[in-house]
Amino acid sequence: MVDLSVDIGALRLANPVMPASGTFAHELAQVFDVDRLGALVIKTVTADKRIGNPTPRVAEVAGGMLNSIGIPCKGPQHFLDETVPLYRAFKAPLVASISANTPDEFARLCEMVSVPGVTAIEVNISCPNIEDDGRAFAMRPEPTLAVMRKLRAASDLPLWAKLTPNAGEIQEVAQAAEQGGADALVVANTILAMSIDITTRKPSLGKVMGGLSGPAVKPIILRMAYQCARSVAIPVIGCGGIMNAEDAIEYMLAGCSAVQVGTATFIHPSAMLSVIDGIEAWCAQNGVARVRDIIGDLAQAGDEGARNWGADMSAEKPKSGKPGEMNWEGVA
Amino acid sequence: MQTVHAVPPQPDSLPVLEERAEILRHEAVNGEYRLMQVAAPAQAKLARAGQFFHLLCPQDDALKPFFRRPMSIYAIDAEGGRISFLYKVTGTGTKALAKLAIGERLDMLGPLGIGFSLPRGKAPIVILARGVGLATLAPLVGLAQSEGHAVTAILSARSPDLLMSVEETRAAGADAITVTDAQGNSDTGHVASLLDDLHQQGRMGALYACGSNRLLKLAQEHATRHGLFGEVAMEQQMACGLGMCFCCVRAFREGDATVHRRVCCEGPVFPLEEALGW
Repeated sequence: MVDLSVDIGALRLANPVMPASGTFAHELAQVFDVDRLGALVIKTVTADKRIGNPTPRVAEVAGGMLNSIGIPCKGPQHFLDETVPLYRAFKAPLVASISANTPDEFARLCEMVSVPGVTAIEVNISCPNIEDDGRAFAMRPEPTLAVMRKLRAASDLPLWAKLTPNAGEIQEVAQAAEQGGADALVVANTILAMSIDITTRKPSLGKVMGGLSGPAVKPIILRMAYQCARSVAIPVIGCGGIMNAEDAIEYMLAGCSAVQVGTATFIHPSAMLSVIDGIEAWCAQNGVARVRDIIGDLAQAGDEGARNWGADMSAEKPKSGKPGEMNWEGVA
Repeated sequence: MQTVHAVPPQPDSLPVLEERAEILRHEAVNGEYRLMQVAAPAQAKLARAGQFFHLLCPQDDALKPFFRRPMSIYAIDAEGGRISFLYKVTGTGTKALAKLAIGERLDMLGPLGIGFSLPRGKAPIVILARGVGLATLAPLVGLAQSEGHAVTAILSARSPDLLMSVEETRAAGADAITVTDAQGNSDTGHVASLLDDLHQQGRMGALYACGSNRLLKLAQEHATRHGLFGEVAMEQQMACGLGMCFCCVRAFREGDATVHRRVCCEGPVFPLEEALGW
């Protein structure tokens, strides 16, 4: 019997698998027993009512998909009156996801959704779709620190900061989020991308640009999750292209305490159950009694080329213009 | 192989199954459309006219459709455990689907969405179908007839060879009127006069439309004029098919407001008067 429980700060989850925000709703309970999930992260709630982006809102690309849904939302009151009571029927802890356009609006919303029935709050400081060509708080450390401080002051619930892979130095943003009071990091949101239909010469998405997700992003986000996990003391939740248990185990070995599964659910609605069952089977086969023992248990490469890429914060940071220090050979 | 999951906690939700259905028949019915029949016993028992299945198209070296493809149900044989689809090969997904051979298996999620409902009493109904609507509205004929509603189906196509389900409609005891662009009788003026005649004869107590914006508008005008019940089946690109991703929205009239609704779970069948465009 494998112990699948993991800790996200003070919160113990029955297992490390949960949905990524925007890819889960109560409708999934028509397909499988969602009480088996480690947590239920639901679609982002915004301070205002939003209709969302023009269609087409999704496009398929090699190894994944683009989306520019635009967070259609019925507002926080609907969330409190309808959504929170609805989720009382489920066993797994409810994690609200929130997003806002200014730090003050973010903090007010955070306070508003800190109600009984909500176990933790994922603060989506990264959604690349909202406005401003995808620029968001988590693009840079300073606005990340500022908004996290306000959010921290607004709620006593665990706060999970969802980072964007579109940041230049994600480990610096990760540290800023930790310093600002985040209890955990979710690494990461989608990668800003686009595609064009060459027959019509139109962008595939109505909003032109959108977020790339699916297996195509996994190696990139895995690298970022690794960098973040090495840069902070708080737990990191990996989120990017996880399609099966092997992908999830990779993220855990890279240092993630839990994982979020998103795009895979669109293809196989019960993908999260397969991930849970697969992790358990892998642990049993490999003599792992507690899945949390594999978190960050990465065997060291002979020459860790990643060091100078910001993964090891104790090492001197690479200086621009001196490629010799970048250890190019090591990562080739 | 089939998966049956735990009873959902929402009282209004139905079970959705993922089955690997065996292909029983798969052939071209004309120059554009293909008929595919599969064995899916558990799903066939649950399926209703107007619902759809979300199909995982096979991947090969050339074609790699990432998303599932929604496909309306063409025929339901609950007792025989069979579901049929009628589809046009248009893009990556349907091209991949067309390669499936008899005996191979197809991963189907469903049945999904809200199907057709019938008017009160035994009111006779009129169906207006073109393109994909010829497939989507086909199972409504049998459903309505079995519930005691007389059915008249106006089946429209570009040319006579592209008309489908004419014989099946007549075999089910319904009246089928065919109109085609090639014969010059598919224009809205002529179809409108057909509807006027049907109404005068007391054969139009409700209206159903699918597959053409012109026919939708025509159905709406006639339903409004005579105060008739009506429904329209809609299509939209989908990702999850279950209501989670919000990609398949379309605009609808709700009182004075225009609202977005998800075709996958709030449809694909909607009240006729609320649709803003097919």
